[in-house]
Amino acid sequence: MSVFVNKDTKVVYQGLTGSQGRYYGMLNRDYGTNVVAGTNPRKAGTDVEGVPVFANCTEAVAATGANASCIFIPAPGVFDAVMDAAEAGIEFVACITEGVPAHDEARFFNMLKRDYPGVRLLGPNCPGIITPGECNIGITAGHIAKPGGPVGIVSRSGTLTYQALYELQQKDIGVTTCVGIGGDPVPGTSFIDCLEAFEADPDTKAVMMIGEIGGSAEEEAAAFIKDNMSKPVSSYIAGVTAPPGKKMGHAGAIVSGGKGTAAAKMDALLDAGVRVGLNPTEAGELMAEIVAEL
Amino acid sequence: MLPAVDLFEYQGKQFFKGYGMPVSDGEVAFSVDEAVAAAQRLGTPVMVKAQVHTGGRGKAGGVKFAASVDDVQTHASNILGLDINGHVVRRLWIEKASDISEEYYASFTLDRSAKKHLGMLSAEGGVEIETVAAENPDAISKVLVDPAEGLTEEAARAWVEGANLNPAATDQAVEILRKLYVAYTEGDADLVEINPLILTPEGRVHVLDAKVTLDANAVFRHEDYAQYDETQPRDEREEAAHAKGLQYVGLAGSVGVIANGAGLAMSTVDVVNQVGGKPANFLDIGGGANAQVMANALEVINNDPDVRAIFINIFGGITRGEEVANGIIGALDAVDIEAPIVLRLDGTNAAEGREILAPHLNEKLVMEPTMLDAARRAVAMAAAAS
Repeated sequence: MSVFVNKDTKVVYQGLTGSQGRYYGMLNRDYGTNVVAGTNPRKAGTDVEGVPVFANCTEAVAATGANASCIFIPAPGVFDAVMDAAEAGIEFVACITEGVPAHDEARFFNMLKRDYPGVRLLGPNCPGIITPGECNIGITAGHIAKPGGPVGIVSRSGTLTYQALYELQQKDIGVTTCVGIGGDPVPGTSFIDCLEAFEADPDTKAVMMIGEIGGSAEEEAAAFIKDNMSKPVSSYIAGVTAPPGKKMGHAGAIVSGGKGTAAAKMDALLDAGVRVGLNPTEAGELMAEIVAEL
Repeated sequence: MLPAVDLFEYQGKQFFKGYGMPVSDGEVAFSVDEAVAAAQRLGTPVMVKAQVHTGGRGKAGGVKFAASVDDVQTHASNILGLDINGHVVRRLWIEKASDISEEYYASFTLDRSAKKHLGMLSAEGGVEIETVAAENPDAISKVLVDPAEGLTEEAARAWVEGANLNPAATDQAVEILRKLYVAYTEGDADLVEINPLILTPEGRVHVLDAKVTLDANAVFRHEDYAQYDETQPRDEREEAAHAKGLQYVGLAGSVGVIANGAGLAMSTVDVVNQVGGKPANFLDIGGGANAQVMANALEVINNDPDVRAIFINIFGGITRGEEVANGIIGALDAVDIEAPIVLRLDGTNAAEGREILAPHLNEKLVMEPTMLDAARRAVAMAAAAS
């Protein structure tokens, strides 16, 4: 078992003909992901190493039965790409592209909610999702994830998602699904969406959550954990030592007006019974303790 | 992800004016002579206002009323060069003075929790909204706007009526705030704030200050935003890094940090602190770090005289191990790096990368297997060199 994607997920790559789309599309296929189609209105009818290219998602879905998409389209085209996938009836959309304007994100998030409530959007600006051994959608290096569970991972930061997978692999701990939700202002999928899914997944027995300074998503996740989760959680918040007022790369990663500090987030998580590490390695060690106690 | 773009007050007012909002006539001045000439053209009385990317200008003496051209001369000489919260005043905005009956506050920004736009309006303007929120939260009228629907006139009116402004201001406020919403959305702003929005004795509602932060990710559809890039406040190191397209934040320590991805870079800064060191910077080289990007990053770090050791922390996703390895080797050829480098390399093709680097390792370039080990080594090397 897993959350959101598994061995039966069929994926269309929006932007498969671009350099990033082709590179990761083929890496994902080599991993075992069902890469069934690509889209590019100017290259419909061609193929990328045997994967057929269609003008849009609707045609790709009709021909291949795709039920997920992965977006590698440059930022100016992401709004249309998300709506194209939704109109085609695709249920799961992972948008890897970074640099999408926040107003576009706010618009398509709320348009999906209003007009296509069945669509789950992951990202933008995320590494994607991997159910180890079954399906890898995005830019995660597949070999750093050990299949089989019992841990689910959710992370707001790309490279720290890999770091979390790696810490667990070093300790021979398997992962059901690892979801990178991305650090943008309006993430399609939130910590809470993932925690809820992991709580419901019988094979996931514990959850590792990687957050960042800025915003209040971690505090909201802590409240959810306190009220709704029976499974143990370990966590790390990046930016423990970040100075206030400095943006650390992500628009989201900023401590302003005393809000969004790592300390406040860690306190909220500790209060919810989460075991909080001061760096990714410590969070991995705490997860190893949790797994040993299962 | 590019950082946001902060506008000076005068740039913000011109931005608002472009969306049809009422602002005062004024001119930018870089010297006392220019300030005097501007005041002569505009006609006194005028306001002499420091243009800096920080709040608290009034308290610091950076905003003065000038009844005459002589006053302009005096105030301009006092304000130019003034240090306000670490920001030195290099330019002034000279604008026609307005009579004020009442001061209001208005803004739009994204409410990340609600994933909708949040409008805030208060009859208690002219002070910091954080103060109003803390002391008298009921004085702030709020409206959540669904980005898929926009701000209707009806919703804007209900919002304005909830703020208990002077009834004489209501109709004009509704019109101005609807324009403010358009400026916020069509202009791709992270924040638009008017504080104060004033009611004059003649009954006109008018924009008296402007704070605008734009989303740099939207520059592709606003070519004119390139003009704001050169007025962003950056220290010398940050300017050099920005010129090379790197995400850099200067800190005050001795361990230079290079990592790929904002989260990992932040985490690297954390770990250096936790093992007893002081990071000199945050530097995210992003995905696809080729030799040129790595050389640029090392050059920026190398130019920081406080750096005693460099910690390169790479976990390959998009960035592949052999690219990182070739990048470091290429960079060492191109740049004469003074401080020793500690490298930690994992992820996509890490083994290939380590193999490429193996023959190049020496006392100035060492490799460690984990993030913590590498941090300890870098901190020890920095301490030994200090």
